Amino acid sequence: MLRDITIGQYYPAESPIHYLDPRTKIAMTFIFIISLFFSTHLLLYAVAAIVLATVIKISKVPFSYMIKGLKSIMILVLFTVIINVFLTLGDTVLVDLGFATITLEGLIAAVAMAVRLMMLIIGSSLLTLTTSPIDLTDAIERLLKPLEKIHVPAHEIAMMMTIALRFIPILLEETDKIMKAQMARGAEFEKGGLIKKAKNLIPLLVPLFISAFRRADDLALAMEARCYRGGVGRTKMKKLKYTKGDWVTYVLMITYLIGIIWLSRLFQGAKLMF
Amino acid sequence: MSIEIRELEHIYSKGTPYEKKALKGINLTIKKGEFVGLIGHTGSGKSTLIQHLNALIKPESGSVIIEGIDVFHKDTNRREVRQNIGLVFQYPEHQLFEMTVFKDVAFGPTNMGLSEEEIHSRVIEALDKVGLGKEIYEASPFELSGGQKRRVAIAGVLAMEPKVLILDEPTAGLDPEGRDEILDEIKKLHKRLDITIILVSHSMEDIANYVNNIIVMDDGKVILEGDKYKVFNEVKLLEDIGLGVPQVTKLCDLLEEKGFIFDEQITTIEEAFKALLPQLKGGESHA
Repeated sequence: MLRDITIGQYYPAESPIHYLDPRTKIAMTFIFIISLFFSTHLLLYAVAAIVLATVIKISKVPFSYMIKGLKSIMILVLFTVIINVFLTLGDTVLVDLGFATITLEGLIAAVAMAVRLMMLIIGSSLLTLTTSPIDLTDAIERLLKPLEKIHVPAHEIAMMMTIALRFIPILLEETDKIMKAQMARGAEFEKGGLIKKAKNLIPLLVPLFISAFRRADDLALAMEARCYRGGVGRTKMKKLKYTKGDWVTYVLMITYLIGIIWLSRLFQGAKLMF
Repeated sequence: MSIEIRELEHIYSKGTPYEKKALKGINLTIKKGEFVGLIGHTGSGKSTLIQHLNALIKPESGSVIIEGIDVFHKDTNRREVRQNIGLVFQYPEHQLFEMTVFKDVAFGPTNMGLSEEEIHSRVIEALDKVGLGKEIYEASPFELSGGQKRRVAIAGVLAMEPKVLILDEPTAGLDPEGRDEILDEIKKLHKRLDITIILVSHSMEDIANYVNNIIVMDDGKVILEGDKYKVFNEVKLLEDIGLGVPQVTKLCDLLEEKGFIFDEQITTIEEAFKALLPQLKGGESHA
C-alpha cells in the first residue's frame, strides 16, 4: 500500500536527460522555474509548455507515471484556483454572488496560476525522476563547495541528505511491515474520529521510532568502523565531469531564458497579461 | 480450518519500473490440523503468500477460501479472518510497543472486544503457552532478552486463540538453544490445541524435525508439495533451486551408496540413528 507512493521517485531509464551531469539538471530546473515567473502572457506559457513537453519526451519517463505521483498535490492546485477565482478583482463581472464576484480576469488568473503551478511541479519532479538520489546529493555537495570558505559544512549537509533519502524507502517498508503486524492483531488504522485515529497510531509509531533509532545507531557504528570522519581530505570515486552534452544544454537553456525575458518585455501591456 | 488457495497471483508496484510478479498462480490445499512447512529461499514468495491468507494484501487474481469463506469477497469481515488466522511476522519482537508485557499481549484480545476477565485469562494462558511466568507480567517488553521478546510477541498472537497459526521464520536471529526452545513450544502447541500450523522457514533441518508436510516454493510458484519423505526424496530438484536437503539425509544417501540399507528416506538424526543402529550392531562390514 505504501509502496505505491511514487512522487519524485527515481525512474531508471537510458535517456540523454538521465546521462546529463546532475549539476546541469539542477541548473536547468532553476532556469525553468525562473522562466515561469517571467511568463506574463499565455503565449509564454505555451512556449514553456512546449519546452517542458520536449524534455519529458527525451527523458523517456512515461507521462502517466509522472502524473500518478501528483494526485496528492492536486488539492493544493485546486485550492489556489478557488482562491484566485473568487478573490481577483476585475471589471468584467460574470457572476455576482453578493459576498464575492467571479470576474473574467479572475478566471483567467486562476487558469494561469494553475498552469504555472502544474508546470512548476512537473518540471521539478522531472529532476528527481531522472537523477538518482546519490547523483543529486553529489551535485549539491559540489555546488555548495565554494561556500565552505564561509564555513558551510557542504560535505556534511550532502551526507545528511544522502542518509535521509536512503532511509525513506527503508522506513516506508518498516511502516508497512509494522502496520500489517498490528493489523494481524486486530488493530484498525482507518476507523474512528480524529482522537481515536491518533490513538490508533501508537502501536505503529512506538515500534517505528525504536527501529529508526536502532538503525541510526547501527549505521553510525558501521560508518565509524570504516573510519568515516567527515569531509576533510575525502576523495571521490566518481568525480562529476561536464561533457559536451552538458555545455549544449546550458547554451540551450540560457537561450530559452533570454528568449522568455525578451518575449515578456515584448508583450508588456498586451491583452491577456497579469 | 481448511485453507484452499486457487490460482493466486500477486504483483508488487504494478505499472512502475519496479514491478515484480511475486506469486504466479498458486494452488494449494491445507487440511485442518496439519503441521505444514513452507520453504523457499529469500524472494520466493513465501511471505507474500502468507500475507494473503490473513487478508493483509489483495491478490491480483485468484482466491483464498478458508472454511468455505472467500477471504477477499467484499462482504467478508476481514477482522474476523485475522482473528482466526494468527500470523506471527518475521522478527515479531519489532512490533512490541506497550509499557508492560501483559498489556502488549492483551492488545489483540482487546481489539477483539472481549470482556476484561476474558482478556485477563487469555493473556495469562498465552504467556503460559510460550513458557513465560508471572515474574515478567509487569516488566517492560524492551528490557527482556531477544528470545523472551519473541515469546511475548508470539503470545500476543496466541492470545487471540487463532484456529490457524502461521509463523514466518520464527527462529531467525536466535541462537541454537533459543531456536530449539521456540520450535519445541510450537510443536507442543500443535499437539495440545489441535490447530493448523504453517511454519515458514529456509532451514531444512528445522522443517525436517518438526513438520509432517512440506510445501516448496521457488520464484513465485509451488514446485513441490507432499509429506516430508516424498519431498526430501527430490534431492536433485531441491539442490537445483539452492535449498538442498537436511545434512543427515545427504549423509544417509552416501551411506546407502556404500551398502547400508534404509527402508525409507531419512530426514532427522533420530531416524538415522534408529535405522543405522541395528546394522552397525550386526557387525557387517560394508565399507
